Amino acid sequence: MSSHIAEIFFRRSRLALWGGGLAIAIVLPLLFKSGFVTSLLCQMGIMVIFALSYNMLLGQTGLLSFGHAVYYGLGAFVSMHAMNLIGKSGGSVTIALLPIVGAVAGLIGGVVLGYVTTKKAGTTFAMISLGIGELVAASALMFPGFFGGEGGISGNRVIPKSSFLGMTWGPQMEVYWLIVAWAFIAAIAMFALTQTPLGRMANAVRDNPERAEFVGYDTQRVRYLMLILSGLFAGIAGSLNAINYEIVTAEALDSHTSGAVLLMTFVGGIGFFYGPIIGAILVTIMQIVIGGLTKAWLMYFGLFFLFMVLMAPGGIASVIAIQRNLWLAGLFGRMVPHYLAAAGPILLTVAGLVGLIEMTYALLAGEGVGAGDAATEVLGAELHLNSPGPWLAALAITLVGVVLLRWVGRRTGSAWNAALAELHGDKA
Amino acid sequence: MEFVVISLLNGITYGLLLFMLSSGLTLIFSMMGVLNFAHAGFYMLGAYFAYQISSWVGFWPGLLVAPLLVGVVGAMIERYGLRLAHKFGHVAELLFTFGLAFLVEEVVRLIWGNSSVDYPIPAELDGTLFTLFSTDFPIYKGFMMLISVGMLVALYGLLTRTRIGLIIQAALTKPDMVEALGHNVPRIFMLVFGGGTALAGLAGVIGGNAFITEPSMAAAVGSIVFVVVVVGGLGSLGGAFVASLLIGCIQTFSVALSISVTDVFALVGIALPQGSQISRLTITQLAPVLPYILMVGILIFRPRGLMGARES
Repeated sequence: MSSHIAEIFFRRSRLALWGGGLAIAIVLPLLFKSGFVTSLLCQMGIMVIFALSYNMLLGQTGLLSFGHAVYYGLGAFVSMHAMNLIGKSGGSVTIALLPIVGAVAGLIGGVVLGYVTTKKAGTTFAMISLGIGELVAASALMFPGFFGGEGGISGNRVIPKSSFLGMTWGPQMEVYWLIVAWAFIAAIAMFALTQTPLGRMANAVRDNPERAEFVGYDTQRVRYLMLILSGLFAGIAGSLNAINYEIVTAEALDSHTSGAVLLMTFVGGIGFFYGPIIGAILVTIMQIVIGGLTKAWLMYFGLFFLFMVLMAPGGIASVIAIQRNLWLAGLFGRMVPHYLAAAGPILLTVAGLVGLIEMTYALLAGEGVGAGDAATEVLGAELHLNSPGPWLAALAITLVGVVLLRWVGRRTGSAWNAALAELHGDKA
Repeated sequence: MEFVVISLLNGITYGLLLFMLSSGLTLIFSMMGVLNFAHAGFYMLGAYFAYQISSWVGFWPGLLVAPLLVGVVGAMIERYGLRLAHKFGHVAELLFTFGLAFLVEEVVRLIWGNSSVDYPIPAELDGTLFTLFSTDFPIYKGFMMLISVGMLVALYGLLTRTRIGLIIQAALTKPDMVEALGHNVPRIFMLVFGGGTALAGLAGVIGGNAFITEPSMAAAVGSIVFVVVVVGGLGSLGGAFVASLLIGCIQTFSVALSISVTDVFALVGIALPQGSQISRLTITQLAPVLPYILMVGILIFRPRGLMGARES
């Protein structure tokens, strides 16, 4: 058994990926010595754990949950109370171990709530998870003693005498190292879980519950166990969130947080272990970078999500996986000119659409100099929005992009299908 | 007595409104096997369309045009969006409607702003219908009941007494057979989706000015409608009707009751420990969670809902 696990872990390419990931996580903040990048990376690390824990349900067990933030929020709130207790007691325990408290909170939450939610799979599970999520979120406002009401509860992570390895957890960088350490521990643990009999049975329960039952497994029990473990890891993420921001509000366990983790996991790709990692990193970057640039970020994100659902339901990870297979089959080189040819029209279409959306926002939301003024600032350019000029220009760019895309797309599409046919033909 | 009768009337009015939403949702669920997450978004669109139309030409044209517009938008979304997601399975469809709900709210915020809009009750319907035990019952609530019941009867008649209704019923259960008989099933699905969203739009038109028209109205009513559909039994119109009225009444009664949890437990002879946070809660404070508690209870003790046929 141990040699089996060793074989999986020490397969060279996989080890290189984990090592490479760790190296990037360590090098990035040292390269960009700015507070913005550090806090961005901290948020990413937390979301990576959260999204991976979510994919234990959606990707591995086939349970679409609309209330996963409950476990994240519980982990965050309990950790915050624990942090305040440690502060009061004068620093008997180090903050670095706080995620264990969060994990236990998430686990207990999973044991209690999961018993109700995992009785059924499919749509019923989705609905119950939504109901439980709303129930907990609404109750949070009812018990201000524990959840702090509208203002939430706050704490101080810098506790004298609780330093660990010389770290006081005051500077953001030290918190980042803590998050990286926990993210790697959690990610490795979650990956190891996929290789265990439980992880395999979860896949069986997802793909064919009748057969799993026929083989002698209790599908309800498998779902329950997976939900409990998923709650545990979500609790770790919530705990790190509490340490990072030093404040937790009821928002941490409401439906928006549940929706966000669903979106990022799906965009990343639920069919691959590394999918949620990509999704969490990408969506966090979009959220903070694009969200800082434009008010229309939610609109872009919604459109991007719908595009992914319709065009690439396997997420970004599945797109990468197909390219990798093409590369291995020696077909990737053939596709490159097609990709380059399609890139131009795609950029043109996106540019035109962004222009239209930004101008609409500027006109209706009264951004910049002001709606109705002679000139409004859109994306750094002064435009006269009440004249048809800029609108026609943006519309023309979009239309040209779409027409070119249809023309190029047809040829790219047939080349793509030919390559895929050859790929699958090779396999067979 | 006065409290009971008035709350009952209010509860039925609200319940009928909920049924207008949940009936469309139930029809769409029976058809596609997928819950339409964006359903409450269409309710909100109905309210905003009606607000816009009523500010131009008055309430009455809006009552007719706004639901039709919402239905057309819904049919287009089914034709050019949802149908594409269909081939990737139920999860993709569900996520499509989830993203759509997101986008609808964003578009509404963009066009009509973040705060509520002033969508008034028309002057003809502003007043008192009758006075019962010194409490006035507004005409508009009577009007809401009239529209809801009228819609209910029309829907029932359409589904059971007309040719198209029979084909829809057949297509819900045996789409392949209906297609083999030469009917265009995808078009029937588009019609049902458009019809269901139009019903949600109509609910928005008459609910928007009775309550408040704001961008968060979809999220507020959306989860309640899900509770209704689950409690009533997925895919059961009759169940949705009973559950709508039940939850409408629970919500209006609980909002108006000021007794505390301790009193309730005292009624059944259980004394709660004094001073804890739970014992100090009043029923009014509990009102937002009561529907969810009911739903969780139903799912534990009767997973197929009150009148649901299928257990999935």
